Amino acid sequence: MATDMPRETTSGAARRGMDPQQLERVVRIAAPLALTILALVAWEAMVRIKEIPPYILPGPLLVAESLVNDWGTLAPSLLVTLKITLMALAVAIVGGVGLAILFTASRWVELALFPFAVILQVTPIIAIAPLILIYVDSTYGALLICAWIVAFFPILSNTTLGLNSADHNLRNLFTLYGASRWQQLRYLRLPAAMPYFLGGLRIAGGLSLIGAIVAEFAAGTAGTGSGLAYRILEAGYRLNIPRMFAALVLISLTGIVIFLFFSLLSHLCLRRWHESAIRQEN
Amino acid sequence: MARPGAGRPATVPGEPVVALRGINKIFANGTVALKDLDLAIGSGQFVSLLGPSGCGKSTALRLIAGLGEPSTGKLQWAGGAGRPGDVGFVFQEPTLMPWATVFDNVWLPLRLRGRGRREVQGEVMEALSMVGLQDFGGSYPRELSGGMKMRVSIARALVTRPRLLLMDEPFAALDEITRFKLNNDLLRLWEGQGWTVVFVTHSVYESVYLSNRIVVMAARPGRVVGDLAVDAPYPRDESFRTSPTYNEFCRLASAELHAAMGD
Repeated sequence: MATDMPRETTSGAARRGMDPQQLERVVRIAAPLALTILALVAWEAMVRIKEIPPYILPGPLLVAESLVNDWGTLAPSLLVTLKITLMALAVAIVGGVGLAILFTASRWVELALFPFAVILQVTPIIAIAPLILIYVDSTYGALLICAWIVAFFPILSNTTLGLNSADHNLRNLFTLYGASRWQQLRYLRLPAAMPYFLGGLRIAGGLSLIGAIVAEFAAGTAGTGSGLAYRILEAGYRLNIPRMFAALVLISLTGIVIFLFFSLLSHLCLRRWHESAIRQEN
Repeated sequence: MARPGAGRPATVPGEPVVALRGINKIFANGTVALKDLDLAIGSGQFVSLLGPSGCGKSTALRLIAGLGEPSTGKLQWAGGAGRPGDVGFVFQEPTLMPWATVFDNVWLPLRLRGRGRREVQGEVMEALSMVGLQDFGGSYPRELSGGMKMRVSIARALVTRPRLLLMDEPFAALDEITRFKLNNDLLRLWEGQGWTVVFVTHSVYESVYLSNRIVVMAARPGRVVGDLAVDAPYPRDESFRTSPTYNEFCRLASAELHAAMGD
């Protein structure tokens, strides 16, 4: 019995659907690529035709040239910014998930601590960064704290939501079989929270980069920081606009890579079961 | 243990597996879900709790399962002991973990008892073959049809080899063809295994087809208004659905139900 029932995922329809699917995949990459190239060409053309001086607006070719020539200065800065971003993100993940688990374990802890998490989130980081820079001796540590504050909240709130979104009947089932709290967490709440956590991670990845950059700006040239934001400030003072653009390009690329990485991670974790990662044919 | 299906008495007398004594259940909002419920479930019986929505049949089932405590009254288990560990429960929805394979879903009750994957391989596969899904251990729930998901849910309830199986309108959300098929499969399993089943349903036809005892309940407040023995022999198959006996029992059960609903 049972084998006569339809299995929806593998069928002849999938085969017939290959061509439009392939086409979509090509378009998905080709369309934004074509538009980007078009925009760059237009930019370069405008700069040349209107003879805009490079200290006002450098053309993309000049920016690329500067990226290559200044690589010796920019690469170490990129590394510094990356390090702060990733470390802040790592601490945000550990802290956010840990606190979310604590919240679901104890209503009291949640009631007591959640307002503080909200306050941290709603206060603009640029406004607190100078204070943190004063109170924390090491600039590096201060930058880390700033990036962490920004990245922490989406992970905390998403994971909390996820841990509480486990199906009620499944919870009953666990109770029925005498599951311990640890087993409930391990086998039910954590897997149920996965999609939410991964969604939070995608936001937090970008935010921790923004936090790191903003804090560095706040630290300014007075700081000992030598991240990409510092390079932008420095280039601004020297009217080295091409290098400013080059640093900007690096920041954007970093953000894009972080986003793509977490999107891929999310897809890999959820592709077998979660609605968000499943392609339905109709 | 295997029993001869044909010719066995429709109602098995015996010590109650569980007895509900003077149960009242009042919810926090003041709703009287159950009033003075007295019900003994005999060993080996297939009991249907039949009634309209709001009659407390699911509440009664959940009390037996231990999901909630009665406001007053008590449950007496066979041998004077507490609730045995091997009670199976099937919800109205399949209630499967979408992130886990069929195998892992069925493994869950054993896993929660600390049993490892290797160790339970045989038991899980046995439960899966009981419901005809031995080839689907590696599938994910979303890849299965509604009926197959329900089968997984039943396999999960069976994997601990329960003596008491509690089912809360398990087939209500399925189409009729699938429901009939699962009805037959469930009966076949019950006849072979010697379980006691408490089956909540709002379908007169389903309760008559499956059970050898129908407890009719009424709403506001939830209470028992009738207790009907369905003395038709097992095994029952599709021909039973069209027999005069079946029709007669359906008429009896409907009459009790309508009397209970006051029309």
